Amino acid sequence: MSAATTSFARRGVLGRLSALAAARETGIFLALVLVLVVTTAKSPSFLFSADGFRDLLLTPSTLVLIAVGQAIVIITRNVDLSVGSIIGLTAYLTGVLFKYNPGLPIPVVMLLAVLFGAGLGLVNGVLVSVAKVPSLVITLGTLYAYRGINVVWTGSNRINASDMPRDFLAIGTAKLWVLPVITLIAVVVLVIAALVLRSSRSGRELYAIGSDPDAAHLYGLKVGRRVLWAFVASGTLAGLAGVLYTARYGTVDSQAGYGLELQAVGAAVIGGVAIFGGSGSVGGAALGAVLLLTINRALPVLGIPDFWQGAVVGVLIIAAIILDRLLALRQARKLTVMEDSAA
Amino acid sequence: MPDDIPPAAPATGSTPSAGAPSGAAASTAPAAPSAPAALELRDISKAFGQVIALRSGTLRLESGSIHALIGENGAGKSTLVKIIAGLYQRDAGEFLLGGESVDFRSTAESKAAGIAVIYQEPTLFPDLSVTENIFMGRQPLKGLRRIDRAAMREQALGLFQRLGVRIHPDRPARGLSIADQQIIEIAKAISLDARVLVMDEPTAALSGVEVDRLFAVARALRDEGRALLFISHRFDEVFALCDTVTVMRDGAYIATQPIAETDTAKLVRQMVGRDVAELFPKQEAVIGDELLRVEGLTSPLFADVDLSVRSGEIVGLAGLVGAGRSEVVRAVFGVDRYDSGTVTVEGRALAPHDPTAAMRAGLALVPEDRRAQGLVLGTTVARNLTMAIRSKLTKAGILTRAAENQAARVWASRLEVKSSALDAEVGTFSGGNQQKVVLAKWLATNPKVLIVDEPTRGIDVGTKSEVHRLLSELAGQGLGILMISSELPEVLGMADRVIVMREGRVTAELSRADANPESVMSAATGAGAAA
Ligand SMILES: Nc1ncnc2c1ncn2[C@@H]1O[C@H](COP(=O)(O)OP(=O)(O)OP(=O)(O)O)[C@@H](O)[C@H]1O
Ligand SMILES: [Mg+2]
Repeated sequence: MSAATTSFARRGVLGRLSALAAARETGIFLALVLVLVVTTAKSPSFLFSADGFRDLLLTPSTLVLIAVGQAIVIITRNVDLSVGSIIGLTAYLTGVLFKYNPGLPIPVVMLLAVLFGAGLGLVNGVLVSVAKVPSLVITLGTLYAYRGINVVWTGSNRINASDMPRDFLAIGTAKLWVLPVITLIAVVVLVIAALVLRSSRSGRELYAIGSDPDAAHLYGLKVGRRVLWAFVASGTLAGLAGVLYTARYGTVDSQAGYGLELQAVGAAVIGGVAIFGGSGSVGGAALGAVLLLTINRALPVLGIPDFWQGAVVGVLIIAAIILDRLLALRQARKLTVMEDSAA
Repeated sequence: MPDDIPPAAPATGSTPSAGAPSGAAASTAPAAPSAPAALELRDISKAFGQVIALRSGTLRLESGSIHALIGENGAGKSTLVKIIAGLYQRDAGEFLLGGESVDFRSTAESKAAGIAVIYQEPTLFPDLSVTENIFMGRQPLKGLRRIDRAAMREQALGLFQRLGVRIHPDRPARGLSIADQQIIEIAKAISLDARVLVMDEPTAALSGVEVDRLFAVARALRDEGRALLFISHRFDEVFALCDTVTVMRDGAYIATQPIAETDTAKLVRQMVGRDVAELFPKQEAVIGDELLRVEGLTSPLFADVDLSVRSGEIVGLAGLVGAGRSEVVRAVFGVDRYDSGTVTVEGRALAPHDPTAAMRAGLALVPEDRRAQGLVLGTTVARNLTMAIRSKLTKAGILTRAAENQAARVWASRLEVKSSALDAEVGTFSGGNQQKVVLAKWLATNPKVLIVDEPTRGIDVGTKSEVHRLLSELAGQGLGILMISSELPEVLGMADRVIVMREGRVTAELSRADANPESVMSAATGAGAAA
């Protein structure tokens, strides 16, 4: 056709490659490879042992789940600080159900706990979208409220492995070929979430809402309802993480999942999810989660003292944010130049 | 082409009544013909707390016709638009769509009913690509309800081609010039394929060529039988495009008349209720020493730009949208970086990329995008007005509210900023009144060289002539003024010298005597025979 259609031709192979190289996910992935190479060079068993390989995949799996949920929420320019507490409640509920209702089939218990997580997320979502109070405040409130309920409910009780069916606990260690089942679950969740966010209308609306909530309202998007569902999704994934936590560790007290919300936010930010919403991907957040926990495990191997670990994570988050700014600026410049020279 | 005017409503109220009309009598004007109107509003009112934005909005849009809505800044035009869009709910009055009474609770409902709206302020999602911005919520789908990106991209390119613009379909909306943002809004509205298309000042940021393309599209839509509402402060556009015109004043309906039966003077009288001083009242000023000199300014967006401004001189910077004019002045003022070249103010070189130094040297820049660059929407007029002169108002380190309000009052009344109170939030102002606040804010800094980027964008006739008078007066007092304007009559009427840019380069420098529509446009488009 005319100039307009031809000159902005779709990206060729080279274009795709350079887009891939520029993508944030690639950077995180390379950082992860670097950490693995350095650490494995020092201590080969870090990767090349049955345990090493299993830990590499298994340790981050729960965090991946809630980082995906967190990414969904942050993309809408909100944040869910209550996920750690939701994990605590759902993990304990799982144990209690097994302990006091031995007749219940395992899938039913798991489903109930996940639904409970969804319900807790729904409470967050309703409060945020109806009360019109920033989600930071609301979920900070529910972080303490949910944990408080947990402490009252649990008391000094503790659920032990002996209270739960063997088949359920087996999920925590089972493998399909070389892949731990929990990791597989996390990957399936990740793929579904990525597809929805990338290629469904409602997924794209989440980005639009986070990019400019006022414009979204003016455009006629159902801002409140979408944000509510984002919180339900986050709660559901935290519920699932709670169930898997119980299966993996076998003991649950009132402190399960404590502090995980900040790791989830950190993973998302490191993975390129903009804290002001509107951009980023769940894939990036998942990679961020893996990088975060792998570094945590690598530091002791490399002989770096415990107390530096927090600082390393902090530096990582700040570096990620600075990198984002730089990339955004460069991108903006490049595009304007491209259009001008094409004219 | 204005032959296909529908059974037109008789022009009532063409003799302006003194004082604000109650609207009740006048608004019965459009007698009900046999076919129902595409959209009809009767005696709509809307108040925001104490502020009555709309007393009696009355409007009747016919299918296959372009209807103009004009009125001063703050007359209530945008409020009426937002009621049509379902963003605001009316307090009273009737709203009929194709003869049926409707009650939109949200913009989604009006959209579903076949109404597309271009708001006065662009409302884009900065992180998303322009393509996604256009199709959000209506993306073409393929199997499994997945978004068909390739098809979406094709459709976007088709729209851009129809509008004759070059915008990369994959680029994010962030960083688009205000004109390109407007073009995306237009593409968005067209792609909705709506029965009723409402455009609130779509041309305010566009220059001649883009406006012509938009008009061609608008006419094509009219000929397809759609109803269009067009709001503009430019009379030439209203006369060139529209079939019927409705005038509003102070939130009330004044008159509706076929365009052929009226003229500018009549419309202006209906709008303001009095005669308005001549536009472009250029005074002769003594042209003095050179104040600003730019040599060889180069960046990826423009190259080898030379220009100078003398004391008492108004220099017009003309060109098409995207010619790089705003980019040049932003670089001169130090907001953006440039790669090479020099900027000197009164013989002293100005450090690059340092707006504070530029302000200290006596430069002031009234930016193009008032939302993003000029105003703090969440604060009061007084705050905004005095933001740039805070240090001057401060006594012993304390800025009193009284000092702030007093300084603000002077400028607000000088530019006729219509606002019930100086402590109102700027975000609730009509578009034109926001523009006046930006202008006042920078004039208050008492600069030596004033750079204005589209100073009268979205400003009504009365104030426009006031702004022109003011600029002229400032030049008379020895200020140098560099004025970017996409409105050719404004450039020709005001400038002592016209510099024309095309694709980042200066293509002509014309004296007042040599500048005429032909010479400026041929330098701007690069061809004498350009359409
Ligand atoms: N949300 C709001 N809250 C308070 N006042 C408002 C609000 N919206 C509009 N107004 C007031 O209502 C009046 C009409 O504003 P409106 O935006 O409809 O004017 P307009 O005719 O579109 O003017 P312009 O030509 O400058 O765009 C103005 O005085 C404005 O300050
Ligand atoms: Mg308006």
